[in-house]
Amino acid sequence: MELSLATRTVGEHTVLEVGGEVDVYTAPRLRERLLELIDAGARHVVVDLGRVDFLDSTGLGVLVGALKRLRTADGTFALVCDKEPLLKIFRITALDQVFPLHPTVEAATGTGQ
Amino acid sequence: MATVRLSFSPAPVHVRTARLVGVAVARRAGVREDLLDEVRLAIGEACTRAVALHRQYGVAEPVLVEMSDSGTYSVRVVDRAPIEASIGLAALDADQLANESLNEDDLTTGVGFALLAGFVEDLQVRPVDEGIGTEVRMVWPVNR
Repeated sequence: MELSLATRTVGEHTVLEVGGEVDVYTAPRLRERLLELIDAGARHVVVDLGRVDFLDSTGLGVLVGALKRLRTADGTFALVCDKEPLLKIFRITALDQVFPLHPTVEAATGTGQ
Repeated sequence: MATVRLSFSPAPVHVRTARLVGVAVARRAGVREDLLDEVRLAIGEACTRAVALHRQYGVAEPVLVEMSDSGTYSVRVVDRAPIEASIGLAALDADQLANESLNEDDLTTGVGFALLAGFVEDLQVRPVDEGIGTEVRMVWPVNR
């Protein structure tokens, strides 16, 4: 399935909804979009992986890159993910200790609680 | 014994094809349904690694993927990059992953190895028997 990217704003957060497959072929488009958002001034970015059905090391590298870039700019970066297969990928790579991981966009943005 | 061989130009766009074929053959071979996501990820990681090495060293030769279902389901992903470049790199811990000085390519390589090692119980990375290159060999049990 093709990569899909859609952006919306929730309070002070920019939420990037990602769908489809994030792999060595599609990850550059995700990187480009994240850089566009950060360059345009987004400082609190939430990436919603709820509709992602494949994520590889290239995609994970892009997400870590965005996290580091935002941290340098005094921003925040969080992920939304509640699918066990994807959560297992974060655990195996120890990236669950690097990313703030939330089950819902509401939890990630501190809204609707 | 049935063998499916796939060779593809070292371009990212073909890695998805290799994943799809690898999972189709795994299913046909009798790999448990709940392991197929891991098969898909592992074949993808091995092919991504091979494509990255071919591009890094300007190797235009195709990447070879060989799938076999003789008793188990085994997959070989063979690259033709210089060997010293392609073996090693231990899994990174959380501090290393978050370290600012680690570039994205090295991080991706480390994470890729962590995924291969984490998802494939029977994994070997070794020099090819003939010529230059490395093979990643992965084996999964099958139900018959």
